[in-house]
Amino acid sequence: MPRAPIIELDDVSKTYGDARALDRVTLAVGTGEFLAVVGPSGSGKTTLLRLINRLAEPTSGHVRVQNEDVRLADPPALRRRIGYVFQGIGLFPHLTVAENVAITPRLIGRSREKRAARADELLQLVRLDPAQYRDRFPAALSGGERQRVGVARALAAEPKIVLMDEPFGALDALNRDAIGSDYRALHASLGLTSVMITHDLTEAVLLADRVVVVHQGRLIEEGTPRQLMTAPKAAYVRELIETPRRQAARLGALLKGGGP
Amino acid sequence: MSGLDPRVYDALARLPDYLGSHVLVSVSALALGLAVSLPLAILSIRRPFLRNALLAFVSTVQTIPGLALLALFYPLLLGLSALTGKLFGTGFSALGFLPAVLALALYSMLPVVRNTVTGILGIDPAVNEAALGVGMTRRQSLTMVELPLALPVIMAGIRTAAVWVIGTATLATPVGQTSLGNYIFTGLQTQNWIFVLFGCVAAAVLALAVDQLLSLVERGVSARRRGLVWLGAAGLVLILAASLWPSYVRPQATYIIGAKTFTEQYILEALIEERLRAAGLASRRRDGLGSTIIFDALKAGDIDLYVDYSGTLWTTQMKRTESKPREEVLAELKEWLAGQRIEMLGALGFENAYALAMSRKKAEALGIRSIADLARAAPRLSIAGDYEFFARPEWKALQAAYGLSFRAQRLVQPEFMYQAAANGEVDVISAYTSEGRIAQYDLVVLDDPAHAIPPYDAILLLAPGRVSDDKLVAALAPLVGAIDVKLMREANLRANGQGGDSSPEAIARWMWDKIGQKGN
Repeated sequence: MPRAPIIELDDVSKTYGDARALDRVTLAVGTGEFLAVVGPSGSGKTTLLRLINRLAEPTSGHVRVQNEDVRLADPPALRRRIGYVFQGIGLFPHLTVAENVAITPRLIGRSREKRAARADELLQLVRLDPAQYRDRFPAALSGGERQRVGVARALAAEPKIVLMDEPFGALDALNRDAIGSDYRALHASLGLTSVMITHDLTEAVLLADRVVVVHQGRLIEEGTPRQLMTAPKAAYVRELIETPRRQAARLGALLKGGGP
Repeated sequence: MSGLDPRVYDALARLPDYLGSHVLVSVSALALGLAVSLPLAILSIRRPFLRNALLAFVSTVQTIPGLALLALFYPLLLGLSALTGKLFGTGFSALGFLPAVLALALYSMLPVVRNTVTGILGIDPAVNEAALGVGMTRRQSLTMVELPLALPVIMAGIRTAAVWVIGTATLATPVGQTSLGNYIFTGLQTQNWIFVLFGCVAAAVLALAVDQLLSLVERGVSARRRGLVWLGAAGLVLILAASLWPSYVRPQATYIIGAKTFTEQYILEALIEERLRAAGLASRRRDGLGSTIIFDALKAGDIDLYVDYSGTLWTTQMKRTESKPREEVLAELKEWLAGQRIEMLGALGFENAYALAMSRKKAEALGIRSIADLARAAPRLSIAGDYEFFARPEWKALQAAYGLSFRAQRLVQPEFMYQAAANGEVDVISAYTSEGRIAQYDLVVLDDPAHAIPPYDAILLLAPGRVSDDKLVAALAPLVGAIDVKLMREANLRANGQGGDSSPEAIARWMWDKIGQKGN
């Protein structure tokens, strides 16, 4: 049964001067869905994400969030009800971990006590001990810890939608896997709708319900992870899945006891 | 302590007044500068055209020498005051505090604007993006993210501005604002090097102290240590309070006596002050005013009285080019001044004329007695003048009358000219006839057979309205006609000496004794 759409992009194009970042993209994200957007750098995938919370405006076409055209919404208010996990760090270096996490609750006028309680609650949610972490500054955290704080901050104002821009790209493999599956669990338990940008197809197919592939500003393929891995249509996608497929076959063979 | 130079005690006695005024003008200028610079810088950050225009403007201001900037504000404000006087029936004082604060505030803008712009533009764009992404408005992003992150850079700019303003405020003395510069200007004029040094050190200590306290506040804010912030702020407040307290408790002066920037003027100012005090009248000094500023200041009532010279007003104010006998110049001047509502109370009795002088030895060797003789030798000789001389009508009159043309022409601080002529660094100097150093260095004043230079009687001038002040007029009357050139030369010479009796106050008391003896 198709889920009711919560984010809709309707024939959206975005140009920067002469450069066309997005070319007539139409896409719907269902409520509760975990969508991964895959593409190489410069493909327009980050632009796609920024259009949803009005960090960028479309040159043509319409974007709707919760059935409302985003052009009618006040941008700060819109962004406060959409969680956003930034590429790289994105934490405020002059604020403590707890203050970073509780920044959006502060913007919507939550009291100091409520903010402190919420920050502790969220730190626990992303598996960071509040007593140990709440008063630290971002500079005193490891990459993995920072990204956990980034996820906690995105969730602080109880958003229904979370947008993530290469959230786990800068992490080592172990951290990446751990934080990725932790987030997947939060997605399910909190009933979120998540849109994740990544250049890594493996990460996309392992975490998402559905994957779309963007190439040179166009949406060239979409489907479930299984559809993508087994029956890719576009030539670029076939190329893209070659590596993970070969790795998987090799790993499978090793696990079965074959090979050297 | 008893071994200390008396001039050190003199300097210390003036510290509360000078320091208080210095701090007041610096703090006001800095506050005004910040109140203008910070909002302008913030407003212009996302507007490249405005930002570049603003930076170009504040940079240009910085290229104007501090002294010139301060001096420029006086005529500007005078014009403005006349305008508001016409429009609203009330003008304001264009002398002293106001021009100093405005010029110094302008001066403080560059470091604040540039550091604010640099600090905010230097923030990682990813942080800006995150601020918008979590739902901040532009204003919230500015106050919660950009300003706190740029704070160390902005504070560095504010500290630079504070040091500049405190240092440059010493130049506010010539526009009539009392400051630590009074030590420096008075000291330079009277060759009181202890005063000069005292002024420099006091200004430097003040600047360093403020800089360190501001740095304490900044570190406290950045490291979130309330204690440091309070400590720094308390130190600043303490400096402010300690500096301003004396002027708060001091009684308000009724009369303001002006003086130009040379020894004779300081002595006469002290003499007048002494007379007013003897008559029970409170007064305050405005030392070291520029020669043109001082007349405008009297006309506008910013000062109440001062001593000028007939020839100066004859040429610069009345724009007369011809020379006339002493009495005629005085009579015409008195009438012209009355038209300006200024009262010429009378001539003091001596002349301080511009003249050309050279060392006696050289004059005799070259057979020069008069300027006419000089003209023949001039192409092989060099001449030095004070900062005004070569721009003054007297110089043009001399050139026209005698066809003077020298090999070289230099500008020298008046105090150093006489010595320079004595040891042959220059051949001819523009001298003042009442100058004690003429005799001290064995110089001769050359005759002016063509009477190219007008007479320069010292005259006592009163601001509009003050002539009807009987008490004031009565207190000053004994000075009229009481000082001959011999007395003034000796007084000027005494000021070049060292020790406690070379202060203007001591010389003024000595002069009054002499005047009294003659009167009896």
